[in-house]
Amino acid sequence: MASIEIQGVGKSYGAMPVLHHVDLSIQDGEFVVLIGPSGCGKSTLLRMIAGLEGITSGAIRIGGQVVNELAPKDRDIAMVFQSYALYPHMTVRDNMSYSLRLRGTPVERMTSVVSAAASKLGLDALLDRKPRTLSGGQRQRVAMGRSIVRQPKAFLFDEPLSNLDARLREQMRVEIKKLHRELGTTSIYVTHDQVEAMTLADRIVAMNGGVIQQVGTPLDLYERPTNLFVAGFIGSPAINILEGRLRCDGERRSVEIGSGERISTAPLAHGHDGQDVRVGIRPEDVQISPKADGGPTAHVELVEPMGLGTIVHIRATHHALKAFVLERVDYPVGTSISYELPASKLHIFDAMTGQRFPE
Amino acid sequence: MKSSAYSRSYRFLHYGLLAFYVIFALFPLYWLLKVSVTPNDLLYSEGIRLWPSRPSLAHYTFVLAHSDFPLFFKNSVIVSGSTAVLVTLVAALSGYAMSRFDFRGKMWLVGLMLVTQMFPLVMLVAPIFKLFSPLGLTNSLTGLVIVYTAFNVPFATFLMQSFFDGIPKDLEEAAMIDGASRFRAFQQIILPLTLPGVAATLGFVFTAAWSELLFALMLVSKAGASTFPVGLLSFVSKFSVDFGQMMAAGVLALIPACLFFLLIQRYLVQGLTAGAVKG
Amino acid sequence: MTTVPLYEESAHRKHTPWRRIMLAVEPYIYIAPSVLLITMIMLVPLVIGLSYAFRDIQLINPFSGGFIGLEHFRTLWTDAAFWHSMKNTLVWTFASVVLQFAFGLVLALLLNNPFPGRGIVQALVFLPWAVPTFLSGLNWAWLFNPVVGPLPHWMAALGILSAPENILSDPSLAMWGPIAANVWWGIPFFAITLLAALQSIPQDIYEAASIDGAGPWRRFTDITLPFLAPTIAITVLLRTVWIANFADLIIVMTNGGPADQTQIVSSYIFTQAFRRLDFGYASAVAMVLLILLLAYSFVIILLRQAMLKR
Repeated sequence: MASIEIQGVGKSYGAMPVLHHVDLSIQDGEFVVLIGPSGCGKSTLLRMIAGLEGITSGAIRIGGQVVNELAPKDRDIAMVFQSYALYPHMTVRDNMSYSLRLRGTPVERMTSVVSAAASKLGLDALLDRKPRTLSGGQRQRVAMGRSIVRQPKAFLFDEPLSNLDARLREQMRVEIKKLHRELGTTSIYVTHDQVEAMTLADRIVAMNGGVIQQVGTPLDLYERPTNLFVAGFIGSPAINILEGRLRCDGERRSVEIGSGERISTAPLAHGHDGQDVRVGIRPEDVQISPKADGGPTAHVELVEPMGLGTIVHIRATHHALKAFVLERVDYPVGTSISYELPASKLHIFDAMTGQRFPE
Repeated sequence: MKSSAYSRSYRFLHYGLLAFYVIFALFPLYWLLKVSVTPNDLLYSEGIRLWPSRPSLAHYTFVLAHSDFPLFFKNSVIVSGSTAVLVTLVAALSGYAMSRFDFRGKMWLVGLMLVTQMFPLVMLVAPIFKLFSPLGLTNSLTGLVIVYTAFNVPFATFLMQSFFDGIPKDLEEAAMIDGASRFRAFQQIILPLTLPGVAATLGFVFTAAWSELLFALMLVSKAGASTFPVGLLSFVSKFSVDFGQMMAAGVLALIPACLFFLLIQRYLVQGLTAGAVKG
Repeated sequence: MTTVPLYEESAHRKHTPWRRIMLAVEPYIYIAPSVLLITMIMLVPLVIGLSYAFRDIQLINPFSGGFIGLEHFRTLWTDAAFWHSMKNTLVWTFASVVLQFAFGLVLALLLNNPFPGRGIVQALVFLPWAVPTFLSGLNWAWLFNPVVGPLPHWMAALGILSAPENILSDPSLAMWGPIAANVWWGIPFFAITLLAALQSIPQDIYEAASIDGAGPWRRFTDITLPFLAPTIAITVLLRTVWIANFADLIIVMTNGGPADQTQIVSSYIFTQAFRRLDFGYASAVAMVLLILLLAYSFVIILLRQAMLKR
């Protein structure tokens, strides 16, 4: 177990930069999730920590020691691959003990460590099978088992659940979380699935275009996204983003959405009258009601029942919105509806830079 | 039932054409076999009969007991076998490098290897003879092995590369994280998984070396170091009327080729596309 | 959790520059044996061979070896046998490639759809490819020999030949002997590569086309051929070079005869080097062949570039 420090790390392939000056420090025992769209550099960063990719600039420290020049085998980290990367010609037992054999661990110790890990993961009955004969979920467990037998300084996960079907994914997610609670090993987990990120992480690192966008707890990112990218990436159904304009009237600030609909907001630190902004509001924060109560109105375009609740797509004169309600409503298409956007739930971003307005 | 009549005539045509191909492919070999078991006294009287009225193995007994062919066969096995092993070793290394590394000059190496597949090897006959004769590598099996090894390395490299490409990179990365050096991962994880590919490469190279004629003709002039093709060809020009014996020898030359054909049959596509031009 | 060390920390820390060097050098260690072999046995002789083209090198003449400039090329210019072999190379290559390709394509189409016994039929029709080339040559030479072979008799019976004679000794027909052997031996090559390409065409495209109303012929011309086109182009072009260089069958079957009627450039080079032991002249001819093939390859590359751009 160890902390991991990433300082000013950059990576380029030839003249093509893929990571720009990444700074991140991960505490001993922390579970950190790297999230972002494909090609954002999250996997590259993980592979650089593993030693599978060279480091163009900056430094990576594991447990205080700079590992830039260390071969993967000398970094004492374990990794679970998306494809699991089980050795097809070895039994489950040999797969799990391979790393121990390479280090010349005594046989008795090896046997006991492997069987302990196997029973923890429910693999006891499968130890003499070849990976080819296992189901996807079982392979995933073997890949995990291979990592935990070594008691490494850190676990690296590279989209480990993306080859599983939805149910298994949910189940394994829980097991990974339990395992982490039990072992307490520093873990870095790469995914593009925001549900995995939200549920597993102590802290989430959102990345885009080779740059870290925001680092924080899951609820931080959800409730105070620092820019339009994070706001749009985290949350499902996705946040509504509306075009708007800032209005300053002395000390009072408000945003004007569409044609003159004004919502007064908490005082913003700066911004000038008439400035273009983007206003974000999460679907569950949009309040709708079927009777006209004086607020702005819209008509229903589509209703998506989700079981847990309902997504109602509505269209006003100048914009479309999604509202998520817990009731099982069933409005016919075209129903006229009134809606409200509570001022305290608005996220306001600079239209030019995409950054959140400081409050 | 118009459609079933159509499909029946289509099936008839399909099988008819296939039968034509099978006969066309096998007839020459069949004829070889037929003449080899025809005794001399029947050869002329039963010229184009499809099977001799009195088959005999006399030609085979003669070829095996009273000719140099067993020696030629042994020489060819030694040359082709050593070439196959050497080429596979060398090509496994370079094929692995092509599959897994990005290095400066890689494009040049690929280009170089492709060019060697294209240019007329016959133009190397004279200079190689001149280079080899002061080194004592003419009239020697070693000389032939060296030449054949070099000629087959480019093709075998592409072939091995295609087999390595079929093995996910994740596997040796996992091994390296597990604590193996790259060479160890290559040895313990990648090579065992490439064994079928190694076998196929051995087969392809063996077959190629087994049929090489021009360099064997040029570099070897004494009978003791002759390979099978050279021996057979000189036998043909010396005793051009002993058809039965020549064809019996021909059948012997065919045996290892057919055995290796069975071995590599599954990999024909990979083998042919790897060389792109290799016969 | 327990922290019993499972293994000793290895003492690697002081070797960091070493690892950097190793990483940079590693690929070259893997390719070194190949590069060495190719350089020593192919590149060096190639360069030496090119230098021979400007020297008088005859193995049986100990006083030869002097530099003679372009003398060989002047001889070549007026060498009727050489020009004849150029013409023969064209005939040999064109006829062989066209026939191999046509028969190979039909065979590939026949084998493309599953039918009972496909595995065994496939093994049988591909077998000629495994027959060593010298043996294919001899085998066909024997088939054309009226003493032991049936072909002259059959061809005479069909009226193709006026009498059951060996076409290999007839100057006007001899070239067809090696071509026949080459076609027999080379059909599997095209059939195998084209079959692989055929099988990589996604089946649902055919299904979609049938639903859209395309019959078997339209499916062949609208789907199969466009999908095969790149494979066809590349294999035909590369195979052309290979066959132009391929002298074994001719040397085995006719040795260029009768009266040089079947001599192609590469067999001519071999004859000059092997029979006349005139290495200098052989190298000059080889140089011309190399330049012609390079020019051809260059045209191929340009064509490929143009095709890729489309």
